[in-house]
Amino acid sequence: MKSERVEESRRVGLFVTCLVDLFRPTVGFASVKLLENAGCQVDVPMAQTCCGQPAYNSGDRADAIAIARNTIEAFEDYDYVVTPSGSCAGMLKKHYPSLFKGDPRWEARAEAFAAKVHELVSFLVDVLGVRSVGAAHAGTVTYHDSCSGLRELGIREQPRNLLASVSGLELKEMRDSDVCCGFGGTFCVKYPEISNRIVEEKTANIRAAGAETLLAGDLGCLMNMAGKLERQGIDVKVRHVAEVLAGMDDGPAIGRGKG
Amino acid sequence: MQITSPAFKENARRALSDAQLQKALGHVRSGFIDKRQYAVEALPEFDALRDSARAIKDHTLAHLDLYLEAYEEKVKKAGGYVHWAETAADARNVILEICRAAGARTVTKGKSMITEEIGLNEFLEKEGVRPVETDLGEYIIQLRGEHPSHIIAPAVHLTRDQVEADFRRAHDHLPVARDLSEPESLLGEARRVLRYQYFQADVGITGANFLVAETGSSIIVTNEGNGDLTQILPRVHVVVASIEKIVPTLEDVSQILRLLARSATGQDMSVYTTLSTGPRRPGDPDGPDEYHVVLVDNGRSSMLGTEFQDMLRCIRCGACMNHCPVYHAVGGHAYGWVYPGPMGAVLTPSLVGVDKAGHLPNASTFCGRCEAVCPMRIPLPKMMRHWREREFSRGLNPATQRYGLRAWAMFARRPKLYRLASSFGIPLLSFFKGRKGSFRYLPLAGGWTRHREMPAPEGRTFMQQWRDRDAQKQEARA
Ligand code: SF4
Repeated sequence: MKSERVEESRRVGLFVTCLVDLFRPTVGFASVKLLENAGCQVDVPMAQTCCGQPAYNSGDRADAIAIARNTIEAFEDYDYVVTPSGSCAGMLKKHYPSLFKGDPRWEARAEAFAAKVHELVSFLVDVLGVRSVGAAHAGTVTYHDSCSGLRELGIREQPRNLLASVSGLELKEMRDSDVCCGFGGTFCVKYPEISNRIVEEKTANIRAAGAETLLAGDLGCLMNMAGKLERQGIDVKVRHVAEVLAGMDDGPAIGRGKG
Repeated sequence: MQITSPAFKENARRALSDAQLQKALGHVRSGFIDKRQYAVEALPEFDALRDSARAIKDHTLAHLDLYLEAYEEKVKKAGGYVHWAETAADARNVILEICRAAGARTVTKGKSMITEEIGLNEFLEKEGVRPVETDLGEYIIQLRGEHPSHIIAPAVHLTRDQVEADFRRAHDHLPVARDLSEPESLLGEARRVLRYQYFQADVGITGANFLVAETGSSIIVTNEGNGDLTQILPRVHVVVASIEKIVPTLEDVSQILRLLARSATGQDMSVYTTLSTGPRRPGDPDGPDEYHVVLVDNGRSSMLGTEFQDMLRCIRCGACMNHCPVYHAVGGHAYGWVYPGPMGAVLTPSLVGVDKAGHLPNASTFCGRCEAVCPMRIPLPKMMRHWREREFSRGLNPATQRYGLRAWAMFARRPKLYRLASSFGIPLLSFFKGRKGSFRYLPLAGGWTRHREMPAPEGRTFMQQWRDRDAQKQEARA
């Protein structure tokens, strides 16, 4: 049935992200489901690893460039490159071109690649025009705006709009939802005390929102917040927004065991 | 001023466990952000102004020598003197000479970050000239023997109770029973004490928010009016300004001024915007007899033409630190030198060297809020990353970090190897999690697990599962 709706122009290469691959495959499958439901043909190129941010943000340009080349080569034949992370999408879309600035062989290639890159939820809403996902979630949720998605890609209303279409779901906004959770990639292990102070501020706001579930669009931030909530004994479940939108939220939440 | 930036981590740790400081820092979060937001929302052309201000500064920086020379001409024509100081030491010496020539024993000072940068107060004191800070915040920290922790709110790290205690200690000639419970009463007392100093001072030293090439004017903005008294009452007025303060015309200034107060405090305009152009002319009701400008380079010209040039657009509004989660957590002193927060994380390595200030551009989550609010559209995270690149290429970051990164990159650059490693490692890790779903402790991840649980992997990697799914599909088709 579905394959009849596939249009030639909707061949999507899914950039899974290293964290989803290793820690939360459910988010990958939720992404595939959402994209397929919206009429895309989804491929997962095996030649992908990580977007390269750990190297890029540590000042290691050479490794960042090598990783970026791999990624571009693996994905440039698709109509779209979609990833369930604002941070990785920001890297692919905004920073890859800057890595190859002035490189006669790669600059144009990186630009053409970047033009096809989208974060999952904004892709569904802004590019595919999805208004409703037909999922159900009985309960209250609060949404954290991850920094790169919000400030590099302007993702704010898109997830909220789609969540509003989920039947039974009530969104309870937290205070300062747009303030960093303190993850910051390698920052959280290089400056653990400062990172801890920032995430404490965040979990206080999450708790005050009074929702049962915390959602966001980036697994790094989610693992950070889930880990802190768990340590503090605050009973809020944590999930990637795609899990709820795809109706794949029946398994254990992030950092939670089977029972 | 002594640099403690290399000890950033220890500074930060101390700051995090300082209850008074943490209480005071709450005001940064509550006091600046909403006010700026209202002010910006009330001005539809705010973003257009930002573009225009950026263009003005970029143009000026591209012709910096030209505008500085034009400015010098105008100052001379107005009867003032211009002194060029290449280094902090040059600037200090010029200022001391001016003070000596004026026979000054006391100088009053308006709020100025550049005099902090060149370490003027300590120097003058050592040479027998007493500097008196006249801005309330600066006055408070001078009483305490501290340095500013914020570029527009120097005493923001202190609570009102601490200030009251300082005043009672320092002003022991005043009645013990007086009421100092309100911020206004503190301001009133400081004013009364300072009034007397203005008339004692032989030299008044101010900074400058802008220097105007067109007219030879220097401009300061204040909320207390102390700057006006500092520059009008003493016989000699010295303006100390770094070279990037220059703008071509008054029209340019008026555009940037509309951004400055809104970004800084959420005011439409600061209470006082004061222009000074040369010494008192015949017939002027007031003004100094002598007017000097000390133009300080101190490393800025070597930023021109580099990836750090954009930093010279900075108008010192403080918005970047007001919105910085790291600044909120540790305050300004932890950064260990004059300039804190995101702007300090870029500027300090430029001025004192990345070998000393390397922590600063690293201690950022790259959340991007600073760039989002910077009125001059300075790409602060990008420039912090440039500093990290310089550090990395010079081998300045810790060896453990470098080796860890290289080892990881070895796999990340080779998809097949990476697949292989993750398909063994991850299921193993998830096996050990037991039923709980997260780890309290993980070897090599102490930085993480000291403060939070480590969520465990769900099970097999996505890629493994995807391959199985593909294989099943193939089978079903066959
Ligand atoms: S960097 Fe921008 S936000 Fe920060 S003080 Fe300078 S002008 Fe203001």
